[in-house]
Amino acid sequence: MAKIIGLPKLSPTMEEGVLVRWTKKEGDAVEVDELLAEVETDKATMEFRSFDRGVLLKILVSEGDTLAPDAPVAIMGDAGEDISDLLAQLAAPSVSPTSAQPASPDRQTAVALPSPEPIAAPAASSGPAEAPTGRILSSPLVRRLAREQGVELTALRGTGPRGRIIKRDLEQRPAATPSVARAGRMPARVERASATRRTIARRLTESTQSIPHYYLTIDVDAAPLVDARRQINAELADEGEKISLNDLIVKACAVALRRVPEVNVSWVDGDIHAHQVVDISVAVAIPDGLVTPVVRDADKLGVLELSQQVRELAGRARDKRLSLEEMTNGTFSISSLGMFGIESFTAVINPPEGAILAVGTLREEPVVQGGAVVPGKRMRMTLSCDHRVIDGAVGARFCAALKRLLESPTNMLI
Amino acid sequence: MRIIRYREALREAMVEEMERDADVFLMGEEVGHYQGAYKVSEGLLERFGERRVIDTPIAEAGFAGVGVGAAMVGLRPIIEFMTWNFSFVAFDQIVSNAAKIHSMSGGAIRCPIVFRGPNGAAKQVAAQHSHTVEALYTHFPGLYVVAPSTPRDAKGLLKASIRDENPVIFLEGETLYGVKGEVADEGVDEVVPIGKGRVAREGDGCTVITWGRPYYTVMEAAERLAADGIELDVIDPRTLRPLDEELMLASVRKTNRCVVVHEHWPYGGPGAQIVDVIQREAFDYLDAPVLRVAGLDVPMPYASNLEDLVLPTVDRVVEAVRRVSYLGA
Repeated sequence: MAKIIGLPKLSPTMEEGVLVRWTKKEGDAVEVDELLAEVETDKATMEFRSFDRGVLLKILVSEGDTLAPDAPVAIMGDAGEDISDLLAQLAAPSVSPTSAQPASPDRQTAVALPSPEPIAAPAASSGPAEAPTGRILSSPLVRRLAREQGVELTALRGTGPRGRIIKRDLEQRPAATPSVARAGRMPARVERASATRRTIARRLTESTQSIPHYYLTIDVDAAPLVDARRQINAELADEGEKISLNDLIVKACAVALRRVPEVNVSWVDGDIHAHQVVDISVAVAIPDGLVTPVVRDADKLGVLELSQQVRELAGRARDKRLSLEEMTNGTFSISSLGMFGIESFTAVINPPEGAILAVGTLREEPVVQGGAVVPGKRMRMTLSCDHRVIDGAVGARFCAALKRLLESPTNMLI
Repeated sequence: MRIIRYREALREAMVEEMERDADVFLMGEEVGHYQGAYKVSEGLLERFGERRVIDTPIAEAGFAGVGVGAAMVGLRPIIEFMTWNFSFVAFDQIVSNAAKIHSMSGGAIRCPIVFRGPNGAAKQVAAQHSHTVEALYTHFPGLYVVAPSTPRDAKGLLKASIRDENPVIFLEGETLYGVKGEVADEGVDEVVPIGKGRVAREGDGCTVITWGRPYYTVMEAAERLAADGIELDVIDPRTLRPLDEELMLASVRKTNRCVVVHEHWPYGGPGAQIVDVIQREAFDYLDAPVLRVAGLDVPMPYASNLEDLVLPTVDRVVEAVRRVSYLGA
């Protein structure tokens, strides 16, 4: 009997979906679990598979339409069946489609559940196959590997029974899926973005769209900092250890955050969270993106210990061996592009943090000192602040404190 | 190495152990004058005499009990059941006495006895005479259960079983007696330790754990699957209690999938025990549910064509492997 098919909820948080593409057309025969369409949700482009066997009698929505869960999208039934009643019902208000119901009695459970024993055929068909409750099915192996590799399961397409994500799906993940060129002589090469890349895209878009950023730039006399680094490294030479300018800057920020704690804050759903700890996220470039491992209690660490932690975290970040916990819940970020010779730049806030410091390169240039032009060392840094929680004067006080610390590093000892 | 039959390998093990240790003797129905119902004990009576190769009446409870008593006072009996189906008459002697006496005597009394005989379906011997008994005897703490698949393991494990201080259930096979295979040269004392499995074939596609007659079904399936590019890692546990868990787990951690193939019925038994170990200890390495290919859950039919359907087949093994590998038929 013909019935109206509704759009299933394809992810737990799906509030709407865009029907990207129909893979069946009117009149096509459809098997249980066969792909009907692709639907883009908040998480990813998901497969919309049929729960029924029959013929696709009528397509009710066009490609590109944005739909709520359960919205009627098609009518399925037997070939040649009269669907005028259903169409009339659709024209009238309050339609209740049937497909999203987990186990309607007439549903055919032809999904191939592995039956543990060949003799146990009845058991295999007695339990209804799972409807798309939004739960992501995946093998234990895949869950472990995804955890280790920092891959979000929502970004994967399962090809196992009932859409279970299996090892193969994870392994084939980065494989490019070339799409058909539309026009022009040299079409763009289209690849599916990695899960990391898509997470970055989503978070940065959220950040720039929802956070009112403003920027404060300071130009720092870096000669004392360079001297301090040289002295420390001379002291550490015997131990075979050394620290970088960046380590000193992280340390200075940690101290400055203690002195101006109004910058060590987050805006969370209308509340201001004043952090009791100073956890600094350090941006690290990796082959397919950017991650921010967090140095916990950076204010309490000696500069050598801090340097070792930064190096260890960055190393593991490049190997993609950081856990999610190690990359989240910082209270302040530092991003440096000095090694590329960038003089100064502005950075996008890493939510829910309140501010991020963008550090430029060390410049050697003439400076005027006591009326004379002498060789000097300068660095430019730009603080991006979330204006909802950090007003301009507060941000400026932080910048001033930071500048003082960087220009007289011994003050960090206070 | 020489190529000999499974039954000859067993005979050699008994001869060598009886030569080595005067306390070892063989007792059972037709083991002497008839030269053994399946000719395993051929020539033993002539060689060792009636004091050490003893024909019994058809009374399993009686001679199994005599064997347990003899073991308790220091001898090392080998009790042959003409088939394991007949051990049910002697069940109480095995599970209540042999399996328990060491524990119940506080360690004072040992019971170094081997119960041996053919296990499983032969051909058209019907429901009452086609039992695979490993699901029963592996249930009891106090018993070791071994099930060699090859002549080499048959000889090495029987020697280990005769020398062991504990009661051992030794499962052979009527359809295995004629199987030929490599065995160490005469004069080489090769003992296969109880509790150690063997990698029978190496591959990274799928772990298959099997023993006894289905071992040969699996090896055939392995050839067929290899032609499709699926290399099986075949594990023969050889001992069913205690299981060589580490060997099986190492394989599953490598292949991420597993099929267990056995002739015994699917309800319980070592087949289910192995699945339990794997899902518990290698959960995070599994890419698919562990499947079993078992004897079908029915009394064995007499009809030849139906019997073939009940026993694990190459087709069923291939299908299960493809399923856990997420490959279509």
